[in-house]
Amino acid sequence: MLEGSTKGVILSVNGPVVVAIGLPGAKMYDLVKVGEDKLVGEIIGLSQDKATIQVYEETAGIRPGEPVESTYEPLSVELGPGLIGSIFDGTQRPLEVIREISGDFIARGVEVPALDRSKKWDFHPLVEVGEEVEPGDILGEVPETTAISHRVMVPPDVRGKIREIKEGSFTVEEVIAIVDQGGEERPLTLMQRWPVRTPRPYKRKVNLDEPLITGQRVIDTFFPIAKGGVACIPGPFGSGKTVVQHQLAKWSDADVIVFIGCGERGNEMTDVLMEFPELVDPYTGEPLMKRTVLIANTSNMPVAAREASVYTGITIAEYFRDMGYRVALMADSTSRWAEAMREISGRLEEMPGEEGFPAYLGSRIASFYERAGKVIALGKEDRTGSLTVVGSVSPPGGDLSEPVTQNTLRVVQVFWGLEDRLAYQRHFPAINWLISYSLYLPHLEKFWRENVAPDFSANRNLAMQILQQEAELEEIVRLVGVESLSFRERFVLEIARSIREDFLQQSAFQEVDTFSSLRKQYLMLKLIITYYQEGLKALERGLSLRDILSIPAREKIGRAKYIPEEKIETLEELIEEVQEEIANKLKGEVESNV
Amino acid sequence: MYKEFTTISEVAGSLLTVEEVEDARYMEIVEIELQDGSRRRGQVLMTSKGEALVQVFEGTEGIGVGQSKVKFLGRVMELPVSPDILGRVFNGSGVPIDGGPGIVPDARLDINGSPINPVARDYPIDFIQTGISAIDGLNTLVRGQKLPIFSASGLPHARLAAQIARQAKVLGEEEKFAVVFGALGITFEEANYFISELRNTGAIERSVIFVNLADDPVVERIITPRMALTAAEFLAFEMDMQVLVILTDMTNYCEALREVSAARREIPGRRGYPGYLYTDLATMYERAGRIQGKKGSITQIPILTMPEDDKTHPIPDLTGYITEGQIILNRQLQHKGIYPPIDVLPSLSRLRDKGIGEGKTREDHPDVANQLFAAYARGREAEELATILGEASLTDLDRLYIKFAKEFEETFIQQGEYEDRSIENTLSRGWNLLRMLPREELKRIQDIHLELFYDNNQSSSSEE
Ligand SMILES: Nc1ncnc2c1ncn2[C@@H]1O[C@H](COP(=O)(O)OP(=O)(O)OP(=O)(O)O)[C@@H](O)[C@H]1O
Ligand SMILES: [Mg+2]
Repeated sequence: MLEGSTKGVILSVNGPVVVAIGLPGAKMYDLVKVGEDKLVGEIIGLSQDKATIQVYEETAGIRPGEPVESTYEPLSVELGPGLIGSIFDGTQRPLEVIREISGDFIARGVEVPALDRSKKWDFHPLVEVGEEVEPGDILGEVPETTAISHRVMVPPDVRGKIREIKEGSFTVEEVIAIVDQGGEERPLTLMQRWPVRTPRPYKRKVNLDEPLITGQRVIDTFFPIAKGGVACIPGPFGSGKTVVQHQLAKWSDADVIVFIGCGERGNEMTDVLMEFPELVDPYTGEPLMKRTVLIANTSNMPVAAREASVYTGITIAEYFRDMGYRVALMADSTSRWAEAMREISGRLEEMPGEEGFPAYLGSRIASFYERAGKVIALGKEDRTGSLTVVGSVSPPGGDLSEPVTQNTLRVVQVFWGLEDRLAYQRHFPAINWLISYSLYLPHLEKFWRENVAPDFSANRNLAMQILQQEAELEEIVRLVGVESLSFRERFVLEIARSIREDFLQQSAFQEVDTFSSLRKQYLMLKLIITYYQEGLKALERGLSLRDILSIPAREKIGRAKYIPEEKIETLEELIEEVQEEIANKLKGEVESNV
Repeated sequence: MYKEFTTISEVAGSLLTVEEVEDARYMEIVEIELQDGSRRRGQVLMTSKGEALVQVFEGTEGIGVGQSKVKFLGRVMELPVSPDILGRVFNGSGVPIDGGPGIVPDARLDINGSPINPVARDYPIDFIQTGISAIDGLNTLVRGQKLPIFSASGLPHARLAAQIARQAKVLGEEEKFAVVFGALGITFEEANYFISELRNTGAIERSVIFVNLADDPVVERIITPRMALTAAEFLAFEMDMQVLVILTDMTNYCEALREVSAARREIPGRRGYPGYLYTDLATMYERAGRIQGKKGSITQIPILTMPEDDKTHPIPDLTGYITEGQIILNRQLQHKGIYPPIDVLPSLSRLRDKGIGEGKTREDHPDVANQLFAAYARGREAEELATILGEASLTDLDRLYIKFAKEFEETFIQQGEYEDRSIENTLSRGWNLLRMLPREELKRIQDIHLELFYDNNQSSSSEE
């Protein structure tokens, strides 16, 4: 590839932006090596003989006159066995390997391939010599981790007859198959490459009709996201974006998780690295790390590589989607990505749009989320794969009217609005139930009905109404005091409080509470709804509010969240207990009246 | 040896344009010699064939077009370090100002540092007892955390930071402890208060102090915190020390950055601060932490004053987005006479949950903290309602919560400046407060803890 490359020279350096001349044949988005240290950069502007380059590493010490070399290839990722369980920087450099080379601090100009070149993988072929293959067909499998079988696919630009197929142990660079492509021999390896800024191809998108089950009650029951769907989670600092994203990465029923730490804290990545190998996937029983790919370009790492990190992550995610897996990607935080764009754009002295962001902010955000979806993948099999994307948004001052939030809301279907007021009360997840929404609700009805319970949606809708009513009643209380409310209304307030405290609030750090199965969510809500309905009836039949509120089962409703999954039938007993206790009170009431 | 230029073509604010420079290095340090022979230092902000843009740390007064000499030193800004920096006072550019000898360096370190590789980090989990209930009990500090104090003019952030520096300890360990103090554009009195606090407690020999005062060059403020953090990294990761870094006032730092940005005619972000303020602050705050296999650590307590007490102002806002929580001081509490006036509700320690609980502080600690937060929040809300409608229109329970909130402020948050409370003391104050509430209100607390601490104590106190 490097043949025929001529060296250019640096003309100027301004932060991560370098201008060079003398790079004949340079194309937009080509990768270049900048300066004597060979820092990696990408061409982001061309005019006459000048190339403008964004450099993915710190540029301090670089000077005009140093050489620049083009690779004549766009920024691409390596796709093959070895992705799972790894942690990469924004341009897919493996951070573990960088550490071995440069120590605890990241040095510049470290050149390492993304995938280990010496590691051998067991490859089991699934095609035979003479078979016709097309893009996306599965050549064979590599047991990449105990949780994920890596399906080695025919790359999108290869089609023809299998001339040779091997079985055994191979590195990612060794030839495992040869395809006869109209007389031309195409050797294939376990690894393929793909340019990050180009979405990987698929046959077509299909409708979304299954939820991504996250184990988080406010999400699954109230504002669910579909597999293949898109959601955003905006909120001021400290409101719980990262915790929610971590919870999704831990407990979602996806096959593969790609987590992008984009311009956020180093310790948060360390947290994942230390915790995930220990935690067990509730669905497969395997350690969570065995299905997770991490991209870490923390806030103190170079800003241009931060811009690239979301593309690196989503390309890897698409690759596993193409294998037919259900992939979920978390980007924390997309605002830092947008700010990286702004920073580079500012250095290029482009015409700024709103709040200094480039005019193309909206289209970049839209095309990023557009890469999500449920698709029929390439290949004869018509495999279905999905890619769910959840992006955090960090609006300055928590003000949702800012450009990144607004452009994101234009494309996502689910909005989990975090609120600092709730976080201050330690109501976690601090997702405000009155402003959040999920446009997937109607598409998932059928799933709930068939897989959880016929009255799942009805209970959910009733609970939502109660919460709405609470907001209205509170307004009245604020104006004229609680005295003005009827007993019925006061009971509604108590139930709303119970929904908030006993259902919506869910601690990420409490062993049992951190994950709730759909069945448990259903029963927990049904418990509260039963209390509500029975209570209302009893009120009408003359039982006092005090009596209704003093049934012993009430304290148990407050502790229902701590009932472990194995003892879930206790919840059903509790529902009966509530009915009985209210019935008994009523009986007592009737008798004492007699 | 070094190339020297007399080709300054423009002086604007703190910036110089030097022409005919073929190959200045980006971020390279320059030395400017004025006509009177005095010298100043600066760094290259932008370089191109034929021109370099230089930012002068000590201001550009007296620098003339075409007269002063500019020398490019070929290296980025460095701090000479050795164990002898302990006990010393430097100016904002790293020059000793305590009358002592110059530092004979073991090494010269790039003050910009390099990012810690996330895989090399060790997660901070060691509980630091500050002896302050509002912090230890609710917004716990751990070793290697970056936990800023959001203050405002007239609030006692300096006293609070000094109290933390005085009392902070990791229980059950004998450790090499050091304090790095960076004064950024504060008054002589305030800087002096810290230094004499350190002196009074004998901590001065284990301290390194960098001072850029209000009347010192503004642009120098941009390098001072980086000097301080470079010293801290040396002490923590080369000398195995537990380092506490106090930087005050980060607001002055950000204003200096804004000034430079404006001089460069950059497109301003919110309220005139540069669009890269987040990244810039992150490259400093992220220099806190622990590294696997190293004994030392860096705990950062940056202090900033919120302009107009506004938490959404870009400086506190961006800081909060980077740091691992924040301690917020509040004027109303100050008016009520509460010290430290920590508003615990918007305050947060994100690393708390891994630093407390069984084997670290006490098994009931997480539950107690969560319950105190929830109850205090409810009390404050009821208080608000009461000011509108009068207490009479509230429910009995709400009235109880109001009483709770008041007691909480007076017996839990309120404490003496020299009062050093053990974590047990803090937790038992918490339980005393929670016992004001009926059992079924304590939903955040698991039964086993209620049995052990709520029920038990109640029976034992009734026996008395
Ligand atoms: N579900 C939860 N259960 C318990 N605690 C939570 C939960 N969600 C958030 N928290 C608390 O809130 C703190 C802040 O959450 P988090 O770090 O996710 O905020 P954030 O929105 O990502 O902030 P930033 O934008 O600054 O990164 C956590 O450290 C934790 O203490
Ligand atoms: Mg976060």
